[in-house]
Amino acid sequence: MAVVTLPAETPPSRPAATRFLKRPQATSGIVGWLTTIDHKRIGILYGVTAFIFFLVGGFEALLIRLQLAEPNGRILSAQVYNEVFTMHGTTMIFLVVMPMSAAFFNYLVPLQIGARDVAFPRLNAFSYWMFLSGGLLLYSSFLLGGAPNGGWFGYAPNTSITYSPGHNIDFWLFGLLILGIGSTASAANLIVTTINLRAPGMRLLRMPIFTWMSLVSNFLILFAMPVITVALFLLMFDRQWGTHFFDPLAGGDPVLWQQLFWIFGHPEVYILVLPAMGIVSEIMPVFARKPLFGYPVMVFSGIAIGFMGWGVWVHHMFAVGLGPVATAAFSVSTMLIAVPTGVKIFNWLGTMWGGSIRYKTPMLFAIGFVVMFTIGGLSGVTHALVPADRQQTDSYYVVAHFHYVLFGGSILGLFGGIYYWYPKVFGKVLDERLGRWHFWVTLLGFNLAFGPMHILGLEGMPRRIYSYAANMGWNFWNFVSTVGAFTIAAGTLIFIYNVRHTDQHGEPAPDDPWDARTLEWITPNPTPDYNYIETPVVTHLDDFWHMKYSEDSDGRLVKVADAARFVQRRVRPGEHVHMPSPSYWPLVASVGAPIIAYGQIYRMWAVSGLGVLVLLTGLYAWGLEPGTEPPDPDDVAAEGHELAGGPETRELAAAGVGGASGGGDPALPGTEAPSLTDGGGDV
Amino acid sequence: MSNPTVDDLEEEPGLNAELASEAALDSRHAHPSDAQYGLIALALATLTAIEVAIYYLRSDHLTIAVLLVLMVIKFSVVVGFFMHLRFDSKVLRRLFIGGLTLAVTVYTIFLFMFGIFHV
Amino acid sequence: MSEIETAADPGPGPETPVAHGHAADAMHATSTGVSNAKMGMWAFLGSECLLFGALISTYILYRHRAVSGPTPHQLYDIPFTSVSSFVLLMSSFSMVLAVSAIQRGDERRLRVWLSTTALLGAVFVSGQIFEFTSFIRRGMTIKTNVTSGAFYVLTGFHGVHVTLGIIMLLSLVNLSVRGKIPQAKAEVVEIAGLYWHFVDIVWIIIFTVVYLIP
Repeated sequence: MAVVTLPAETPPSRPAATRFLKRPQATSGIVGWLTTIDHKRIGILYGVTAFIFFLVGGFEALLIRLQLAEPNGRILSAQVYNEVFTMHGTTMIFLVVMPMSAAFFNYLVPLQIGARDVAFPRLNAFSYWMFLSGGLLLYSSFLLGGAPNGGWFGYAPNTSITYSPGHNIDFWLFGLLILGIGSTASAANLIVTTINLRAPGMRLLRMPIFTWMSLVSNFLILFAMPVITVALFLLMFDRQWGTHFFDPLAGGDPVLWQQLFWIFGHPEVYILVLPAMGIVSEIMPVFARKPLFGYPVMVFSGIAIGFMGWGVWVHHMFAVGLGPVATAAFSVSTMLIAVPTGVKIFNWLGTMWGGSIRYKTPMLFAIGFVVMFTIGGLSGVTHALVPADRQQTDSYYVVAHFHYVLFGGSILGLFGGIYYWYPKVFGKVLDERLGRWHFWVTLLGFNLAFGPMHILGLEGMPRRIYSYAANMGWNFWNFVSTVGAFTIAAGTLIFIYNVRHTDQHGEPAPDDPWDARTLEWITPNPTPDYNYIETPVVTHLDDFWHMKYSEDSDGRLVKVADAARFVQRRVRPGEHVHMPSPSYWPLVASVGAPIIAYGQIYRMWAVSGLGVLVLLTGLYAWGLEPGTEPPDPDDVAAEGHELAGGPETRELAAAGVGGASGGGDPALPGTEAPSLTDGGGDV
Repeated sequence: MSNPTVDDLEEEPGLNAELASEAALDSRHAHPSDAQYGLIALALATLTAIEVAIYYLRSDHLTIAVLLVLMVIKFSVVVGFFMHLRFDSKVLRRLFIGGLTLAVTVYTIFLFMFGIFHV
Repeated sequence: MSEIETAADPGPGPETPVAHGHAADAMHATSTGVSNAKMGMWAFLGSECLLFGALISTYILYRHRAVSGPTPHQLYDIPFTSVSSFVLLMSSFSMVLAVSAIQRGDERRLRVWLSTTALLGAVFVSGQIFEFTSFIRRGMTIKTNVTSGAFYVLTGFHGVHVTLGIIMLLSLVNLSVRGKIPQAKAEVVEIAGLYWHFVDIVWIIIFTVVYLIP
């Protein structure tokens, strides 16, 4: 990819104390990617990996739909079907939507708040490699005796050793544990980044709405992941150590699993949709040429959804028999959470109303999100009514609901984001005509695939069945649904073709191709390594817009400046921008995790021991290396002082004095974590 | 201390001057002295002894209530003084108390549903 | 606010209002004045509340549901565990002294108090191991019943956390010996201390809820 690479710094020859491997300096080639700690590259890694898993999960979906296209399907046996639908769900949730959202968080949040990177760049890399490790571990199960087959929700006692004697479920639980650690670390990282590394003037209520939704989502991840972690450990103990947590004969309770799982699981679905909502909220104002309607209300609704999302989990358990009090209470709370969600829908409509709308591909996807998500939300509201839900639960009606919100919602939103920010990341605008085709074919396919599922559900077709009899009356709509699924596949192929076509024939993107509103568009396309040459000072919400436009006395937009005046083009000759150094250790540490897991799955303690060793080595070496090396002379000077650069430095800069201490060498803001060697520190 | 002081930040509008100045002042504040920490440790030890004594002396619902109250006091003292949260930035307090409150609320509701609180 | 409107120096030509000088860009400036690492640790501890909350709740749920076998309450040696608890509590005290020492620049005392903390932590863990082996000998293993299972998983997770803490503390002692923890780096010790105290407060809860409450 075309990344502007600054000349590598020539390190003075001073060996760091505890290295036995030279600190990587490369920023290009495979090594560059393996050792990167640059949030933008990590974002790209997340995005590309998630997209590949999307194709895999999509392939699994096609297998499911082939099997169900006709009654008494013979494409997949029941056993294989269980593996395929389990992996489809697990993949789409944990290996596609979450990491694709992470791709956007990673790439955009530092740029949107005017920072140079996240708070803990190496931890950021570690999170990505844990994602990859976990995903590969999960998929290795296909080659090692069978993939997870207990559903993505893993209900006990079906997943107990009695009813799932192979290793399938072990792969599932260890895979998810690894993924969970990566996500939790990433969440903490982004929370600290968002709270602590904002550019001057970037008050919380001036942050772009996407950054806000990212913040809420990351709090949800931070607090929800531990709950499923405990559930998975309890399952592991039951399966491997003979405990009875979910065994009723011994006093255990399968409902414990469901409770813990859904305490995680409900916040999880907001984790899946809030980022896409953030993306839509960014796209709509740009393509309607109007500010987001009710920005503070959008922020508070997002927070409210995040908050209330912790109080509705039992709606996944209305048919479990928990009694009227619990059931009624959660029914009410579930109805209530529709309120902030509905507010957002109205605000998006309000954003479009009276705007001069440009129906470019990102906007098509954003509008698609709003419509499809509303449909999904409406079926969701019907689920809130307990008597109705008793009929709907475990039927295809539920499958319809969650695909409308997760595909019609999250996936469409994420694609919108891909089209919108593609020029920023890759320096080219995706082809508009192909984009439209992608959108319409996908929209058509999606509605064909999942619309009929509402009907099938209401006609009694249960979920999670591998075949159905010919006389149930379900044949027609199942067939239509399969046609829809393959139509989605066609749409996806169009997208892949678009990417390739743009790569080969696309023109380099201009600055600010969409006439956007937020700070990240001040950097050139694609974004250079160092993000901002000089940290912007923020004076408004949608600051970039206010730099370009103001309003005349009649309230009409008046352009005051071109984007080109603000885009931070290049570093002055002779200057360098000090960046934290790449590192092997996050990757090394992350390799330890699946090794431990394999050892546990196969009860080979020596293998686990080896994994622990690899993990600890990675962590130690990481902890002991400086965040940035070689140490910047400024850093050394700063150690003993309150601040590097007080009023005198500002005067020097104002007088146009360049060089390493001048305005062109901002060190990484806010990397406070003292490392344990000389020089600057970041984790 | 390596955090910037208010003076250095005053020209940057919108950096949360209030929080930053609070943090800067905190960092210059006296922490409890070693001797004060010692007294706190002594108090904690005493509370523990009381807890154990109550365990041996009574066994009814009041016991449970008192033990829980003592537990909360010890918890708060360690968090507030040893972990310095009482003197630190509001942001940190919110982060931790947020997680704690969420945990207590969610798990209490969860236990309710299993009928734990029926006498 | 208008004083920062324009870029005063020529150069790359950005007219974006920029922050000159290092105040905003300096290594140590953060939007809240709190360091990233400290905030990160508190965020992590917030998340740990959810983790231990689930484990403690599982124990509370299963406390009276054993179908057979000895249950923890039948086997507790409260005096022994009280001493263990006291030891862990005191380790929090020594930890605080360690932080205080390095904040004053006293590297030697830092090492003394860190080592003391690690030692007290090790005494605590040894006490746990002793306690568990005696339970096992008397017929209560992790699989005996749901109560014992919940007990061992909860206390086991806690014990692993303490052990990792001990390793962290000893690493800090090692680094201090090599001169890598001067007064300017006191915050690293403070952050390790936060983790250590958290492990202590979890035990405060466990001791009461698991051992003392009838």
